[in-house]
Amino acid sequence: MIVSRRKLIGIGAAGAGGLLLGGCDRFNDAPAVRDGLIGTEELTKRAQRLLVGDALAREYSEADMSPSFRSNGSVSVADQAYRAHLAQGFARWSLRVDGLVHTALDLPMAALLALPQRTQITRHDCVEGWSAIGKWQGPQLSSILARAGLLPTARYAVFHCADLLDGKPYYESIDMIDAFHPQTILAWRMNDRPLSEAHGAPLRLRVERQLGYKQAKYVMRVELRENLAGLYGGKGGFWEDGSDYAWYAGI
Amino acid sequence: MSAPEASAPSDLVYRHRLPTRIWHWINALVLLVMLESGLMIFNAHPRLYWGQYGANPDKAWLDLSSVNEGIPFPGWITLPSTYSLADARLWHLAFAWLLATGLLVYLAWALFAGHLRRDLLPRGDELRPSHILHDIAAHARLRFPTGKAARNYNVLQKLAYGVVLFVLLPGIILTGLTMSPAIDSGFPVLLDLFGGRQSARSFHFLCAFGLVAFFAVHIAMVLLAGPVNEIRSMLSGWYRLPSARGGEA
Repeated sequence: MIVSRRKLIGIGAAGAGGLLLGGCDRFNDAPAVRDGLIGTEELTKRAQRLLVGDALAREYSEADMSPSFRSNGSVSVADQAYRAHLAQGFARWSLRVDGLVHTALDLPMAALLALPQRTQITRHDCVEGWSAIGKWQGPQLSSILARAGLLPTARYAVFHCADLLDGKPYYESIDMIDAFHPQTILAWRMNDRPLSEAHGAPLRLRVERQLGYKQAKYVMRVELRENLAGLYGGKGGFWEDGSDYAWYAGI
Repeated sequence: MSAPEASAPSDLVYRHRLPTRIWHWINALVLLVMLESGLMIFNAHPRLYWGQYGANPDKAWLDLSSVNEGIPFPGWITLPSTYSLADARLWHLAFAWLLATGLLVYLAWALFAGHLRRDLLPRGDELRPSHILHDIAAHARLRFPTGKAARNYNVLQKLAYGVVLFVLLPGIILTGLTMSPAIDSGFPVLLDLFGGRQSARSFHFLCAFGLVAFFAVHIAMVLLAGPVNEIRSMLSGWYRLPSARGGEA
């Protein structure tokens, strides 16, 4: 949906009234205003997609890397099965790929390591404003999806994670444009070491042209879906459901 | 564009054309929303860095994280008033469209209508240091132009509006875009232009405070120069040239 001029004027008028009366929060909480503001997200997403196409995120040199890469969100996982796998170095763990695919897969670490690997030194941009540059290695998501074989109805890849944040399961989703982007990988290695627990062992999604909350950690399962409705809060991600963060996090 | 000499005793002049007035008031609102929501976004990580990266382990050139229990900008000046990065981003990214399209349309109009060349571009003689110093001295003594001299912007006004139009507003929009990982992929030149995403974030903040400084001086000048006359001229377009006594007619 493209936002109409009338809607933008409406938002402006609402904003003016709210601010001048000192009733900002009343407008912030008004459903019509929120809907108008959220409505511009589609315009913002389309503009970014139109402007950048399939361009690659900048890749940096080793000299540019952050000396210390901040970890954020969940930094440990309480789940018992996860802790057992962590203790075994994920030797008996496997990634589940299912949903709208021809062949559901259970890929152990050895199979993920046997796929062609991509290594990239990229900048991680948190929605809060900070950035850290790190080196990531793993198979491209596209090669995993190609192995499973997508059904024509598959439109979203959903990443189910092992951690709970605020007591709720973390998950994220991307569409096929980002799923098949060459820099979209499932990283098992960071800064030349296997991923630490704080950074999302055993697998972390890297979708380099979006903000940090899309970079799901502790990925256990990739589910291909036709739509996001009916899954948790229906908005396609933990933060999207809980706080109205934008589903497309390009800016 | 002055009123016919015969019809009025006329020190009334038509000063601000409609596009200027519309853009002025849209901008006043949009910049207020952008500032209030931007300060809330800053509250989410109240540290600023230079370079490509920057996070808590790195050296910050500005660190307000110990101010007011980590929420340096208080609720009376943020949108929303209680901490919500998500809601602040909703406002900020929606109103950014109004800011950017407003500036583009206004600059295009100002260029083609001759407003830039005729009213805003300083003349060569105005840029002589002696002239600028004289204007600064006159402003410092609160002696503002009167009569016909008040019909045009003085050189300090032209320079201030020029900095806003061609440095601060484009700068704040471009540095805002440089904070987008998606935009950076398509336009990596932005990263080179500003020296990295964290430098761009710092410049974004500095541009914001440049605009706040402009606003403070702007309001002070409006109050000193006669607020009724000034505000009327930005509503109706008509401005009464101040008389030599300095008082409002």
